Amino acid sequence: MHIADKTPRNLCIALCVLLAFGTIMPNWFAFLATVSMAKGMVVIGLIVLMRTGLVSFGQGLYYCLGGYTVGIAGKYLGITDAVGILFVSAFVAGCVGALLGLLLCRYREIFFAMLTMALSMILFGMLVKSDMLGSTDGFNVAHPTLLGWNPGPEGLSIMIYSLACLIAFLIVFFVHRYFQSGMGFAGESIRENEIRVEYLGISPRRVIFYKYVLAAILAAIGGSLTALVAGHVDPEMAYWTTSGEFVFVALLGGTGHVVAAFIGAFLYELIRTLAFDLTPYTWQMILGITLLMVILFLPKGLWSLLTAYKTGRG
Amino acid sequence: MANLILETRGLTKSFGAVTAAADVNIKINEKEIIGVIGSNGAGKTTFINMVTGYLKPSTGTILFRGRDITGFSPMQVTKAGICRSFQVAQLFPELTTLENMLVAHSMLSKKRLSIQRPLKSKANVNAAMEALTGYGIESYGDGPVTTLPQGVRKLLDIAMAMVGSPALLLLDEPTSGVAIEEKFALMDTVMGAVNRSGATNLFVEHDMEIVSRYATRVIAFYDGRVIADGPTAEALANPEVKEFIVGSELHRQQSEGGEHAGN
Repeated sequence: MHIADKTPRNLCIALCVLLAFGTIMPNWFAFLATVSMAKGMVVIGLIVLMRTGLVSFGQGLYYCLGGYTVGIAGKYLGITDAVGILFVSAFVAGCVGALLGLLLCRYREIFFAMLTMALSMILFGMLVKSDMLGSTDGFNVAHPTLLGWNPGPEGLSIMIYSLACLIAFLIVFFVHRYFQSGMGFAGESIRENEIRVEYLGISPRRVIFYKYVLAAILAAIGGSLTALVAGHVDPEMAYWTTSGEFVFVALLGGTGHVVAAFIGAFLYELIRTLAFDLTPYTWQMILGITLLMVILFLPKGLWSLLTAYKTGRG
Repeated sequence: MANLILETRGLTKSFGAVTAAADVNIKINEKEIIGVIGSNGAGKTTFINMVTGYLKPSTGTILFRGRDITGFSPMQVTKAGICRSFQVAQLFPELTTLENMLVAHSMLSKKRLSIQRPLKSKANVNAAMEALTGYGIESYGDGPVTTLPQGVRKLLDIAMAMVGSPALLLLDEPTSGVAIEEKFALMDTVMGAVNRSGATNLFVEHDMEIVSRYATRVIAFYDGRVIADGPTAEALANPEVKEFIVGSELHRQQSEGGEHAGN
């Protein structure tokens, strides 16, 4: 009756393979993989919310906040240690998320979606107006170091890639267990029947608040890694299309498993790169058609293919 | 003198010009089993909704074990020790029966919801299965709730409310939507579980046979007011109750029975 969870074991194998692969992969691929992982982290936060029945169209807010925190910490505070910077980002996003979460946990459905989007657009507007932070152009991020080690421009992308692998591993491990826990199921319970949850003595607002803060922290970590690997931040990170991209990826991968976020993010980056190569003027159309196909034929995302395969075999 | 567990004083609820409950004064003692009767719109559910915090009374006070709980949220009421079931079973449709029970178990356990310990640990699953067994619905454990028969849904709804061992249990029409021939079996199961837990119980019911079999006391509502309150036989013999409620319920049952015969 009890089926052992193989995810932790599979995750360890995946981590080793990814790290080993990192030593031989070309820089452009390491870049693509790092960005996918960074975006996947944002999407995991989004999945946490989606399982609770809430779609945020404003995760770009924290993605951008994470990126800018990295930039500002390097430029004005002289913090260049990648790990230290990530902690600072997570902390800043956690504080902002807690503040906005107090407001947002009162809203559901379209109101939640629109409000999250509006908040991220406020940040976008503020950044565009701030000349000190480069206005619409943004600014370059200082070269990071890792625990006192300076890899130089050559080793930078591989260092960030390895760091991203490690963080992705920790996040997946944590969130996978989170989804199986009482708090994880509380999210699905709220999506299914909020009144019942209240009559079980739990405040849905409080649960949503915690989940929103978690999603904010994950998005900020993703944004920080993107800033570190790209070496540049701009207000576009908070623009609503960026947030829409995360929703796209969540739908593409599905909300069935944490790893789906990374598969979705990687495929998204791949499709976008290829589409841009094939048809530089109409690449959005290819993305649009892909999304349409997924919604029509795989409403639970790509992950449902795997689930169907497993149940078919079992 | 028995211990007073719930007392309402001058409880009134009006929606604009409509008065759903008017000056309801009720005292309930520990271990009582109370049947609440009344035709549709008489204020029975409004009363339960006010006591459990779903509706805020327009005026009046609710005292639970002497403590004023007027204006409490459903969450606070639950924590205070009052649980309820619903006329239409309120479940988590996309989860399985067992998962529904596990969620109820984790939420009512009074401990913080864990963020890393699995909900489906052996200890939790055993406890949940045991709770399901208490209501004879353990065989439905793995099935999604959407496929459950109506009677099982109602039982699960009540079983979930009972997980926290409430001091007071309010059941809103536990047998509604259940086939006539299954009603008594369902009530036997529910009353058995309630008696084992020692909870005080108040249930809303339309079937006078069920009321007279299980209730020790009856409260009759008509047009938002309490028109009779006393030992079952006495209350059911009250002329007003006979005229406004029992009579109409008999008609209702006859027509329901007729439909069944027709089927």
